[in-house]
Amino acid sequence: MLGIRPRHRIIQPDWTDYMAQRERHAKDPAIQRFFATPLPSGDTPIADVPMVALDLETTGLDERRHAIVSIGVVPFTLDRIKLAERRYWVVKPTRTLSGSSIAFHHITHSEVADAPDLDVVLDELLGTLAGHLVVVHFRNIERPFLDTAIKARRGEGVMFPMIDTMSLEARIHRQTLWARFRRWLGRPPVSIRLNASRARYGLPAYQGHHALVDALATAELLQAQIATHYQPDTPLKNIWC
Amino acid sequence: MDVELLEIRQFMGQFPPFDGLSDELLDAIAERVEVSYFKTGSDILELNDTVSELCFIRSGAVEVYRRQGELYNRLGEGDIFGHFSLLRNHKVRFPAQAIEDTLIYFIPNDVFQRLCEEDDDFADFVELERPRLETVAEQQKKSNDMMVTRIRKLVTRYPVMVASTTSLQQAAQQINDSQASAAIVITQCTGSPRYSFQDSEGVKWKMVGIFTDSDFRTRVVAEGLSPQTAIGDVASSHLITIQSDASIYEAMLTMLRNNVHHLPVLYRQRPVGVVHLSDIIRYETHSGLYLVSNIFNQSSTQGLAKLAPDVRASFVRMVQEGANSQMVGSALSTVGRSFFRRLLELAEAELGSPPVPYCFMVNGSMARNEQSIVTDQDNALILSDDFIPEEHDAYFYALAKFVSDGLDACGYTYCKGDIMATNQEWRQPLGVWKSYFEDWISNPTPKKLLQSSIFFDLDSIYGEEHFVETLQDLIARRAAESPLFLAAMARNALNRTPPLGFFRTFVMEKDGKHNNSINLKRRGTAPMVDLIRIHALACGSKAQNSFQRLKDISDTQLLAPGVSDKLSYAFEFLCMSRLRHQMIDIQEDREPDNNIEPENVEDSERHTLKDAFHVLSNAQKFLKFRYPVPAQRQRQ
Repeated sequence: MLGIRPRHRIIQPDWTDYMAQRERHAKDPAIQRFFATPLPSGDTPIADVPMVALDLETTGLDERRHAIVSIGVVPFTLDRIKLAERRYWVVKPTRTLSGSSIAFHHITHSEVADAPDLDVVLDELLGTLAGHLVVVHFRNIERPFLDTAIKARRGEGVMFPMIDTMSLEARIHRQTLWARFRRWLGRPPVSIRLNASRARYGLPAYQGHHALVDALATAELLQAQIATHYQPDTPLKNIWC
Repeated sequence: MDVELLEIRQFMGQFPPFDGLSDELLDAIAERVEVSYFKTGSDILELNDTVSELCFIRSGAVEVYRRQGELYNRLGEGDIFGHFSLLRNHKVRFPAQAIEDTLIYFIPNDVFQRLCEEDDDFADFVELERPRLETVAEQQKKSNDMMVTRIRKLVTRYPVMVASTTSLQQAAQQINDSQASAAIVITQCTGSPRYSFQDSEGVKWKMVGIFTDSDFRTRVVAEGLSPQTAIGDVASSHLITIQSDASIYEAMLTMLRNNVHHLPVLYRQRPVGVVHLSDIIRYETHSGLYLVSNIFNQSSTQGLAKLAPDVRASFVRMVQEGANSQMVGSALSTVGRSFFRRLLELAEAELGSPPVPYCFMVNGSMARNEQSIVTDQDNALILSDDFIPEEHDAYFYALAKFVSDGLDACGYTYCKGDIMATNQEWRQPLGVWKSYFEDWISNPTPKKLLQSSIFFDLDSIYGEEHFVETLQDLIARRAAESPLFLAAMARNALNRTPPLGFFRTFVMEKDGKHNNSINLKRRGTAPMVDLIRIHALACGSKAQNSFQRLKDISDTQLLAPGVSDKLSYAFEFLCMSRLRHQMIDIQEDREPDNNIEPENVEDSERHTLKDAFHVLSNAQKFLKFRYPVPAQRQRQ
């Protein structure tokens, strides 16, 4: 993940408190509604948590210089990924789209030219996410990009707990004794990128870099991770961050 | 279509039954799919669960079980399951378990029902066995024009008809005038005998023969007859005709079987035209016809042996042109029989006339008219009861050897089981043959019948046909009333069983083991032939062809309604699959055999083959139940 600037780690030991506080102080009605919708508590078994996989495609990796191009959202539970309830938006980036990111995301200039500003779809987006635990692959993109983009439009940012399938993968492959032993031997670290992680669980390779396909891929990956390394009754607090 | 769902619909669209769906229906599926991941060993469907979705395997592998825990199927990427339950009461009858880490796409029931309603092929696919086999068999039939086009289509003008009193010269003039190559010979008659009809003036005529161009040479000029001779005196009275609503294919077979080139076409009793070989060839170029007349033109074994490549070429063409297994089977049998007959003619020419009458009998696939391109020779000699071994056997041994060696040279290899007339045991007078059959039927043991079951497919090929008919009558009479015999035959018929189906590039056995290839004869067509034979014997049928036998069987109450149709479709498909793979072998310059390799089996063929195996397997189970060993015998 080259080009990602170092950030302060967001440490939020008690998401419930944070959510309640934001609910009280939010000025924007959509944001207020978002924080007013209760999330499952940290003790809820993962099997009972309504989730939503979220993926953003962006023009780059730095939320201060780059912008969101598309947003894919797929609601799911540990049992089922509900593709019929998927949502997908292309939005007009505030900064110009470079040629390389066009090729990368399969989104064309004309699509972007006709697209609305994020502000137009924001209420809908927050409505879809509200009450669901958001699942992403690599939270250091989704979290700062959303926070920054919303702050720019509504004057206040939005943060919420997430499950990060990449960090779950890192726990297994980067932080275990075995992983440290491998590193000590000078072996390259196991890749924890989306497709490489999926391959370890026998999941098919999808054409990456479409926000909705990546959201679907992330949801499938989480189901596979829980089925392999956790239990349906594992409490949410062991997994979220 | 949302581009984001392309991933899903493109993948599903590669596999049956989705590959035949319209884009609109594929979109409707992708739109509504739900996804779930299953770890190795986890249950996907549990017995008596309620099913509300069709399951599609996106990746991984799944095993489906019967209630008793017996393996029902093993499925891989692109396969579906759960549809049986959806079509019935939505209760899981066959539980499913992931045997690898598996990703399932679930298709909601309302989408599934819509697919069934809007796409007939999809509905056929998901409905169990019969309809799919039926569809495939019907399609094969439909795709073949020769099978459905009636011979009257080739009749372009009225036949030349001459009274039997007409002189040969006048007849020749009439044939000339109408630019024909044959005339039908008629005579006035009374009453309504066979081949009689009334002309426009109310005069009753009867067809008595046909006179062709070549008859003028062979019967008139060569014999030195006067042109004034009445045509009725020399015309061939051996009439081979065909009804106008018969198929072109039937006409072709009639010509092949009888080695004639002119065929009067009748509407009821009235001649409406004459079809010549060349008319059919013009309609559908078909080397089989040339081949047979070529066979009869050869004057030596070496000459015949040179025709072997033509047999293959003709076979390949037939399969390519979409002939069904009955057409291919009977055409190849006809070709085989022609080799046989010609060899016997040559043998008699070399060895002299036979000292006593005889009948050359064929057994196995040639007797059933079900030959494929990979075949050996199974034959026997039935001699007149006047046969005296010391005086006559040397002749018949020489005759048998001539034919058997000749057949081997022509590509019909020697029978490994020594079922050949060169074996003294199978070169016996009619009386001995009767006692053989009596013994097999009255004192059957599975071991004894293992060798002799091939004789229960029998047909004459040359000589005294009634010898074989006598034996056929004896079998039809005695077998049906001998439960012990039927039970022993039934036990042998269970020696060879079909596999469960395919899994990826393997053939999957019932115990879950994998094999790299499958012998489709041993594991499919042969056990099917065996079981059809037993039912046919039980109902006293004298038919030899398996399809004909199934027709006879369905006229009785022996099998539940519809079962013989099911067997017929399954058998047709197994045969066709075998023929197609032999054709591929020949085209790719390999020696054709009965093996098929799963990697060469297309998806749709896999599914249909699996259905056919399933039909066969069920029919075998029924056999055990239908022909039990009688209680008396069990106690011994």
